Amino acid sequence: MDHTSFLERWFRRVALSIIIVFFMFPIFWIVLMSFQTNETILRSPPSMSFTPTLDNYMAIIAGRLDSNVASMGIDFVNNLMNSIILSVCSVAVALVLGVPAAYAFARHKFRGSEDIAFTLLSFRFAPPLLVLLPLTLYFQEIGLADTYLGLVWVYQLICLPLILWIVRGYFEDISPDIEYAYRIAGHSWFSTFRKIALPLAGPGIAAAGLLAFIFAWNNFIFALVLASADKQPVTVGALAFVTASGIQYGQIAAAIVLSIAPTLALALWAQRYLVEGLSLGAVKG
Amino acid sequence: MTAQLHLKTVNKKYNPGTAHEVHAVQDLDLEVERGEIVALLGSSGCGKTSTLRMIAGFEEVSSGEVDIDGRRIDRLAPAKRGVAMAFEGYSLYPPLTIRENIAFALKSERLRQAEVNTRVEQIAALLEISDILDKHPNAISGGQQQRVSLGRALIRRADLHVLDEPMGQLEPQLRAILRGRIKHYIKEHELTAILVTHDQTEANALADRIAVMEGGLLQQYDTPENLKNRPANIFTGAFIGEPPMNLFAAVAEVVADRVDLRLAPDIALSYPSAAFSEELQQRIQQDQGVMIGIRPHSVQLTEEGLPAEVYANQWLGDQTHIAARFAGGSIVSVVHDLALPKPGDRINLSISAHDLHIFDNNTGDALSHGGQLA
Repeated sequence: MDHTSFLERWFRRVALSIIIVFFMFPIFWIVLMSFQTNETILRSPPSMSFTPTLDNYMAIIAGRLDSNVASMGIDFVNNLMNSIILSVCSVAVALVLGVPAAYAFARHKFRGSEDIAFTLLSFRFAPPLLVLLPLTLYFQEIGLADTYLGLVWVYQLICLPLILWIVRGYFEDISPDIEYAYRIAGHSWFSTFRKIALPLAGPGIAAAGLLAFIFAWNNFIFALVLASADKQPVTVGALAFVTASGIQYGQIAAAIVLSIAPTLALALWAQRYLVEGLSLGAVKG
Repeated sequence: MTAQLHLKTVNKKYNPGTAHEVHAVQDLDLEVERGEIVALLGSSGCGKTSTLRMIAGFEEVSSGEVDIDGRRIDRLAPAKRGVAMAFEGYSLYPPLTIRENIAFALKSERLRQAEVNTRVEQIAALLEISDILDKHPNAISGGQQQRVSLGRALIRRADLHVLDEPMGQLEPQLRAILRGRIKHYIKEHELTAILVTHDQTEANALADRIAVMEGGLLQQYDTPENLKNRPANIFTGAFIGEPPMNLFAAVAEVVADRVDLRLAPDIALSYPSAAFSEELQQRIQQDQGVMIGIRPHSVQLTEEGLPAEVYANQWLGDQTHIAARFAGGSIVSVVHDLALPKPGDRINLSISAHDLHIFDNNTGDALSHGGQLA
């Protein structure tokens, strides 16, 4: 970047700062809120000076929602567990089904392959509510409503197309000759897939998996309609903070921080694989 | 250990039965003897790479049969064919070092580690890549990657070695050195190899026999010497040799004891009848016209001879290509001295009957080489 002028560098820094402040401020504010009581949050004008308290976190973990009027039980920790179970299982199933399918679509042009791939993508076109109404009826009929299995299945509408289409692109970027070279050295089709194609597409698979996890984690509408209280993920469970006696901003903030944490941890952990993928891209071919 | 390759009436059609059908390889018959090096030579899209990929097993044979060592292999998985291959696109495994990339090819031979190391060191020395063995593919140049790919194929003791454009990315000097070494290595280890190239020099230098392909058809399959001296048709005549063969339409007139090949109303090449065999004389007289081909190296600048006017010359460092207007067309002559005619100069050309190639005007097939029937 030696050729950029002082003004350009300066301008770039300012622009970056503005963008970071714009996007990060809500999160920063939520983190601040999670350490305040409802009174300090709601005072006017808002102030950054307050005595931090862990009450909100304590209440959420204890499952007891205190307001100035009454106290009621919530099951946020259970919601968090549900979110983890649903997201992890959905992404795992989508990876097991989607990665081999993506490989097939990338490497083999069979009759109707494009149509099938496009049909899978089209799952994401339909408005979820449109799908959900008939689905609810069917699920109640066959006993899948309000089960983890049923939810994981419906979550495939979110995860499978995403993984399929992202990973397919990564497989297509690998020169087929690398696989041929491995096969001609005496290896079977399957071991070529396992030892060459999978590792080379690894970063892409990690990226797709992470994205699918985030989408599954943030899903609201499927779980709202199909899950009852004991299967609800955090997105739906957060509704409980809107009570008859007011909205518990401090506890909502603490709940948000807790529900962001797993995704954030996963993203940070997956980051090194993503970066590896970028550097691997340079040697392709 | 080595085997012969036999292609029996092999066809390759892409998108068969659709509007986009391409008949890439047509009725190809080809035999490669044990220990032989054969080059598939042709321009882009001639079907040579399709042929190679059918042998290796990356393309299906549309019809026909491929045998290696008497064993039919065209329905087998690539792993079961006993073929080693060097890829034009190198296809090295990015996560492995160069040493591992090469040694990898020996996995299926189940050798002891010491033996593997020796073999890798040997092939690395041969290909001048000993110094980069511990690097990764992304840290070396294209030419080096190509040599690694070549090494990975040559290190195996396969029934057939298939090399796709094995030296396209190498610097000219290195290419000349490696050609000799690789040929010696293949012969020394009694390997059978088939290579694809569009470089005549490479094909001539490496191959015992060359299969010239064009438009999916095998044009001629012969030794480099015969391709040069006895081209089977106009295509191989014009394709083989640098600069290309001069071609002229001519009408043969047998008058008394002379044979005249008339190129234009006022220009004819005239030879004593004795220079042509009786059968050839009869044949070219029957035809309304023939094509004659003369290699540029055989066009001599003489005191007497037919007039031509120079319009360009190129000094290539060891020879000169002189282009001249001749008989309503253009002719190229190669001379080795520096006493050059300049553009605009008038020169006289003569062509010995011994250097004439005569082709059938309709089929393009060769009728004669040097006055004798082909």
